[in-house]
Order: sequence, then C-alpha cells, then structure tokens
Amino acid sequence: MRILRAIFGHGSGRIGGLIVCVYLLLAILGLLGLTPHNPITQYRIDRLHAPGAAYWMGTDLFGRDVASRLMAGIGQSFTVAFFSVAFASLAGTILGLAAAWLGRRWDGVVMRIMDVLLAFPAILLALLIVTVAGPGTWTSVVAIGIVYTPIFTRVVRGPALSLKTREFVDAARTFGSSSRYIVTRHLLLNLVAPLTVQVTLALAWALLTEAGLSFLGLGTQPPAASLGLMLSDSRNLMETAPWLLIFPGLAIMISILGFNLLGDALRDILDPRMRRAFA
Amino acid sequence: MTPLLSVSDLRVGFGRNPKANEVVRGVGFDIADGETLAIVGESGSGKSVTALSINRLVDFGGGRITGGSMKLKRVDGTVFELAAATEPQLTGIRGAEIGMIFQEPMTSLNPVLTIGNQIEESFRLHRGLTGRQATAAARDALDRVRIPDAARRLKYTPNQLSGGMLQRVMIAIALACNPRLLIADEPTTALDVTVQAQIMALLAELKRESGMSMIFITHDIGLVAGIADKVMVMQNGQAVEQGELNQILDSPQHPYTQHLLQDVPHFASGRATRADGQRDKAANTQPALKVDGLVVRFPLKSSFFSRATGAVHAVDGVDFDLMQGETLAIVGESGSGKSTTAKAVLGLVRSTRGSFSVGTRTATAERSAKPVQMVFQNPYASLNPRLAIESILGEPVIATGGRVDAQTRARMASLLERVGLPKNSLERYPHEFSGGQRQRLCIARALMLNPSVVVLDEAVSALDVSVQAKVLELLLDLQREYALAYLFISHDMAVVERIAHRIAVIYAGQIVEIGDARSVLSKPRHSYTKKLIAAVPTIDRRCEHFEIDTRQVPSLVRPQGFEPAPAKWERFGGDHMARVEA
Repeated sequence: MRILRAIFGHGSGRIGGLIVCVYLLLAILGLLGLTPHNPITQYRIDRLHAPGAAYWMGTDLFGRDVASRLMAGIGQSFTVAFFSVAFASLAGTILGLAAAWLGRRWDGVVMRIMDVLLAFPAILLALLIVTVAGPGTWTSVVAIGIVYTPIFTRVVRGPALSLKTREFVDAARTFGSSSRYIVTRHLLLNLVAPLTVQVTLALAWALLTEAGLSFLGLGTQPPAASLGLMLSDSRNLMETAPWLLIFPGLAIMISILGFNLLGDALRDILDPRMRRAFA
Repeated sequence: MTPLLSVSDLRVGFGRNPKANEVVRGVGFDIADGETLAIVGESGSGKSVTALSINRLVDFGGGRITGGSMKLKRVDGTVFELAAATEPQLTGIRGAEIGMIFQEPMTSLNPVLTIGNQIEESFRLHRGLTGRQATAAARDALDRVRIPDAARRLKYTPNQLSGGMLQRVMIAIALACNPRLLIADEPTTALDVTVQAQIMALLAELKRESGMSMIFITHDIGLVAGIADKVMVMQNGQAVEQGELNQILDSPQHPYTQHLLQDVPHFASGRATRADGQRDKAANTQPALKVDGLVVRFPLKSSFFSRATGAVHAVDGVDFDLMQGETLAIVGESGSGKSTTAKAVLGLVRSTRGSFSVGTRTATAERSAKPVQMVFQNPYASLNPRLAIESILGEPVIATGGRVDAQTRARMASLLERVGLPKNSLERYPHEFSGGQRQRLCIARALMLNPSVVVLDEAVSALDVSVQAKVLELLLDLQREYALAYLFISHDMAVVERIAHRIAVIYAGQIVEIGDARSVLSKPRHSYTKKLIAAVPTIDRRCEHFEIDTRQVPSLVRPQGFEPAPAKWERFGGDHMARVEA
C-alpha cells in the first residue's frame, strides 16, 4: 500500500499509474465481453460509420464497432503482454541467478546463449519463432517471452554478482546457510526493486511487439481483435476512414507512455537513495 | 596583519529548505599565512562540509551557504568574499589559490588518463603551459612530492600505482599552482599506517618549503599532533573548542574534547595492554583454534585456456594457536594476507595447504555446530538491508537446521539486551540502526550459535572513534563472560593494544613476529614491526619528523611451484619470537 501511495505522490507516477489503471479496467471489460457492442458482430448497414453517438469510435469495413474491438483488442494485447513478461521475468530470473551463483562455465554458457538471443532485433526474433511454431495467441506469448528473457537475465545477473560478494552473503556462509536460503533471501529479495522496474518497462515493449506481430498477421488471428490487427486492417482505408487508424494508434501510444512513466516513477521510488524523499 | 582566510559564523544547509537543515551551524576561525589548522570531529560533525564550503565545492553536493562570511586575502592584498562569489570567479580561485586533496586517492584520479596528463592539466588550465613545458612542469611536480623516477611514472595510469603513490600524485596536482591554502580532507584515512606516516611527513615538509597554509581534516586526534598549529574540534556542526595545539591536547576545556582525548583508544607503546587473562603456561589445555602451516595461493591465469603461469602467495605458511578466552591480534597492512587468513579459517577461501583444529568448549557448555564465527568490517554491508532483525538473527539457527521457536526468540532477546540494543529491535530493519548499533547486531548474530572462536575482521575500523571505544568494551565484556577466543584482525595499533593478549605481525603473507602484546609493542624485534609501530600517530609525538620512505611492499606473485624457504625464528623470552631477517 505504501508503494501505491508513493506512486501517486510522484509526478510522472501519478499520470503513468492512472493510464495503466484505465487500461487495466478497459482490458478486463474487454476480456469479459462488457463492451458497448459485440466486437465481432458485423453491422452491415453501418459499414465505415464515422464516430458518433451510436458508435463512439466509428465502425470498420465490416461494420464492427471500433470502440468495442479496441477494448477487446486491449484485453487481448494485455493478456499476451502479461503472460509473455511473466514468462520472460521468471525464466530470466532463474537463468540470471543460476549464472551468477554457479559462476564459471554455467555463467559462460548461459550468458553466451543470451548474447546470441540479444544479437537479433526483438521483432525479428519473435517473427522467427512464430514462423517456426505457427501463429496464435500462445505462440506469441512464448515468442515474446523468449525475446525478452535475455534482458531479465542481464538485469538479474549483474546485481546478483555484486550481491554475491557482499559481506552479508559471506556472513551467511560462515553460519553454513544453504545455497537455496542465500539465493532466495539474500539475492532475490534484494533484486525485487530492479525487477519491478524492469517488469513495468518490459510490459510496454511486449505490448509493442505483440502489436507488431499482429500487424504482420502472425499474432492474434481474425476475427478476434487486437491492436496490431486493427492497425493493419486500417492501412487501405487511411484516407476514407482515418478513425480506424487513429484510435488503435493512440491506444498503443498512450499505453506505452503510461508504462514508461510508471517505470520511471518506480525506479525513482525504489532507489534506496531516494527512498526517504517518498516514503 | 590580516589572516589569509577568515571565516566567521559560517552556516551551511542542505536539501530543499537549507535554513531548516543546517549541517554547519555558525563556525568561525582564522588562518594566518603558513599556519595549519586541524579540524577534528566524527562523521556527521560537519568538518568536511566546512572545508568544502571554503572552495564552494559544497554547492555541487546540494549544499547552500545560508549565512556567515569567508574572507580570503588574495595575492594582491585585496580581500575576496568566498561566500558570495560566483561560479566563474571560483573557478579561478580553486586550484590556483586553494588546492584540495581528498580521502580516496584511488577514486579521485581518472583511471583512463596517465597521471602525467592529469598533472599537466592543472598547469595548462592555470598557468597556460603547453606541450613540453607542461610535461617538464609535471615532472618537477612529481619530483617535489618525492616520487622516484618521475619521468617514467608520468606515463603510468592510476592502476599501476599504489594508494600512497596516488595520494602523492593528488598532492602534486593540488600543489601544481602553488596554492596558498591547501585543504586536506582526511588524506590518509584510506591508507595504511606506514604510508600514512609518509604522507604526513611529506605534507609537513612541503608546508615548510612553500610556506602555504593548510586545513587538515581528520577524525583522528592523534594524527593532528604531528602537523597542526591550531586545532578546532567540531561536534554536531559547531566548533566546540578551538585553540593552539598544545593547549587543546594538554588542557582541553570542553567535555567532548576531553572525551576524545581520554576515552578513545590512543596508542601507548604497550603501556595500555590488558592485564587480565594472560596465558597460563602451566596449564596444558587444548587450544580453541590451532592453525598449522596455512597456505593460500591464487593461481594466475591469463586466459580461460592457458595454464597457470604463477600464483599470488596471499598467505604463505602461517601457524598460530589461540587459547580459550584469549585474543590474538593479527596486524598488518592491506594486502599482507591478514583478511585472507581469517577467511581461510572460516572456509570462505579455500586454503591450498595447512590444517586447522578447533578445540571443544569447556565441558559444561554444549559443543556448537559452528564453533568459529565472524564479525565483518563494514556493518553497513554485512546485514541484508531487506531482512528484519529477527530474520537476520534467526539465520544462523536455520542454517544449522534449527527452527525459530520461542526458545530461539528468547535467546535473540537476551543477546540483544546483552549487546545493548533496545528490546523492540527484532521487528526493525538494519537501516534504522546506526553504524555502532549495527556492529552490535553483527556481534549478537555471531553469538547466536554459541561459538568458541570469533573472528573479528577489522570489526571496529569502520566506526567513529567514540563508538569504537564502546564496542571494544562490549567485546571485552563478552569475552570474559563467555570465555570467547578472539582472532582480532586490524591495522589499528591503538585498538589492538586495548584488546590483544598476543599479537602476530603479518607481512607479505608471512608472520614476521608473534608474541605477548606488551612485549611486541614495547620491544619490537623485527624491522617491519619497528617500522609499523614507529608510524602509529600518537598525541605524544608532536611535530615529529618522519623519515620519508618510498619502499613498496614486495610483490606476492611468484612463479608456479615456488616454495619459500622455511622460516628461522629467534626467541626473545616468553613466547615472543621474530623471524630472522635475511
């Protein structure tokens, strides 16, 4: 609770937190189907209807309500982003801790594999994995998860290496504490702050990557809605029906802004040097 | 005659509201030409902030001068108000008229530039010298701080020089433009005691040569005796006492100054050693810890695939024994292998050779699962900041397969009380405690497992002097109460004198002298021990002249398979013995 109060006491945290909360609400409504219209029902007579009272954000080429599709799309994109970041942070933390704690060859092998993964641009690597595994929601989750694992591995390994040489770890060794105890209590507990920040920022990237994959037709498959897919559908109608482009575009942009602002705020708040100013 | 610098009612604050957050509250002093003022105080007393205010570096650390004046007499005789100066004006003053040296020579130099480059920069900026002229000036500057072979050393980068040499380089840079005032902020705190003596000697000599004034900031009142003309004692942002050196040291008026001079350990050449718990030669008891032929080597490899080409002989054949209730102090300088010895005893470093045997406790006490415990140097780093004290104290119990139950909690509470911490400490976190309290926590944690030997690795070095005295007292009490054997590792002879029964002097990985504390401190036999003891600053040694000695510690890197010749020992009565020198 103290952290929430701190976030809303921080300038950019307030804005970022608010944006993220609104998106979460929209995503939940979208996932539960509590949208103004059914996102896949085609209102044939109202095709390409401009935004108005009946259709807040207009309709698309098939007469589907853009606002409803946007909510469903946010739900879809967030689901993919959350699961892929959960995957990446879990895998990255385990690999990073293993590399730092076991050291020597383990460190070498794990980190070289991560370097290979990092060498590819994120979207390219995700594309590669999806092409091999076939498109779909869960393959996107795994693909995006794998793409962001190396970043978490690095974020965990660096501080873990330095924590490992700290005196409290030496002290723990003199009592004969088990490796598991040292890794969980002394390393992991001290990594919570950098991980929290990294998770927030990774959510923004994951959203963007998901949109990219869907845009290229390799993520969410129609008729289900997704932000990238909606953008992709709007390409040929950019001039006749600009709302098809504007609303999903803005939705992506604002969500990423929100996560980044929140991430910046968290970084400030969780930085021990700043703690006294916000706590 | 107007003084060189006249500071009156200086007030410095920090934060958004500097008036409410004053760290220096009304400090005033005068320094005449060629005079040295020592500012003495503990951490947080405002001594560094006072000094940093003079050249206004405090502005870069978020400080604001909220009141008072600082009048500097310039070369042309005009008086310049530093408190109201603008940044461009100050740039001309810093370096040219006020030089500064910092505490950490290792971090105050840029690691990627050669030291020649960094000294030349000062000449380029303030004197407008370029090219060969600047290089020649830099070489002269190094000569001046007595760095041998100056021309070659100019091409060195900081990592190639030792801490003492780097501090000389820092002094060379600070003196490059013949400042009339030098501010030295704890210039020797990060250095070994023999190096400290050399730097102090150098500063005194340079001061005589150039006639500059100096502000010398230190926490060690023993150090000021050799260099200062006037002393100012600071506490909580105020100057509690100031005056002539002899007056302050001989008849201190303020209770805090008296406390600094009396309650804080000062080196007394063996006169202040312990009288209790002397080793009983008749009793044939088993030692609490016996170390036999300990060798620790770290192989040197240039790359992953190549074979080791040599080894760092960190500890090279160390033996000693430690009786119940006895303190063996291991003294030596950084890199001598004293900490490695401790870590090897605890199994934190794998020993290449040698054996340890840990004796059982007296029959009444049960044998502990982990009979050797350790207290570390830095109380800020040795407690996990994310764990509550209850978890911290519970860890040794959990580690040895126990559970945190009512009995364990009762033990925690009684130990906390014993080390003098409040009862409600268990739910609190390390950051809520001061350095001294944290060290008490570390001691309590080490005692949780009921050990027979406690290794104290510089356990009081990171603490302020008056806190140091209290923690030492606690350690002595605990030793008597639990018949603990201490392996006390330290570079601080004053502290060692108070706590040790026996002293082992370690140099370049080998014990060069070992014996009864009084005997070793009052009649050192080995040349290194003599040098070490001669370097300890004391309040008795006023304005003493130190020999400048630039000998460096021999390299510990030896070729693969190298074995040192077996040691020959010379005995000097009792159990005092020293290694025969070649």
